[in-house]
Amino acid sequence: MLPKLFFAYFAVVIVGTSILVITRKNPIHSVLWMLVLFVHIAALYLFLNAEFLAAIQIIIYAGAILVLFLFVIMLLNLKREEMEKRFQKQWPLGVFAGMVFIVFLVLILSQIVVFPQLGPYSIQAIQSEGNLMTVGKVLYTEYLLPFEITSVILLVAIIGAVVLAKRKVN
Amino acid sequence: MVPLSWYIVLSAVVFSIGVIGFLTRRNLIIAFISIELMLNSVNISLVAFSHYLQSIKGQIMVFLVIAVAAAEAVVGLAILIALFRNKPTVNVDEINLLKG
Repeated sequence: MLPKLFFAYFAVVIVGTSILVITRKNPIHSVLWMLVLFVHIAALYLFLNAEFLAAIQIIIYAGAILVLFLFVIMLLNLKREEMEKRFQKQWPLGVFAGMVFIVFLVLILSQIVVFPQLGPYSIQAIQSEGNLMTVGKVLYTEYLLPFEITSVILLVAIIGAVVLAKRKVN
Repeated sequence: MVPLSWYIVLSAVVFSIGVIGFLTRRNLIIAFISIELMLNSVNISLVAFSHYLQSIKGQIMVFLVIAVAAAEAVVGLAILIALFRNKPTVNVDEINLLKG
């Protein structure tokens, strides 16, 4: 009973804040609601025995990506946009499409049955050597190549950002 | 014990809210934030599957998704700044240089 109550709290807060994120007029308010959302998602990760990802969620998402968004919003002068309407002309169509999407996804996904071919990483196995060590072992052996490719993607992102945002000097 | 389908339904609902935000908002920054929302909802479902199937691969996948999300946000916001320099607006209705 208690885990379900905890999950219900987190689910309600996550859905509520994500609705607030997409409806606020001021983008800074959106980003700050996003912060609340990320903290609750991190708590949900803790609930699922993924301590490393909870820490990463706070550090990378809340600490880096949201601060980047805030920097860009404050860099741009958005006075005029805040005066105008916040939704596009065709917003009823977009909401309708999203609602159809929600209904179908919930109808299908609420009935999924996962075939219980369980892997070796039970909660006891993870807790015996710690979540971080388990993730690290798999990441640096089995998933070494994707990990290296991720570093290349980050390098490309750095170079791309510098090239795109650099002011042209004539 | 919370059933797995609850997590998946939560993830689907948050994903759909992200889709609605991306389709309806005029502000390009909010559209980017909606993309982050969608990536996060997928992360929730991956971690839930990882927990319930007792496999660590879902968590590795989330780690990679977070790295790609960071790269996407950086490049997207750099494009936004470059766009804003040429035409001072973040309204997606007015950004129509390609006549799409």
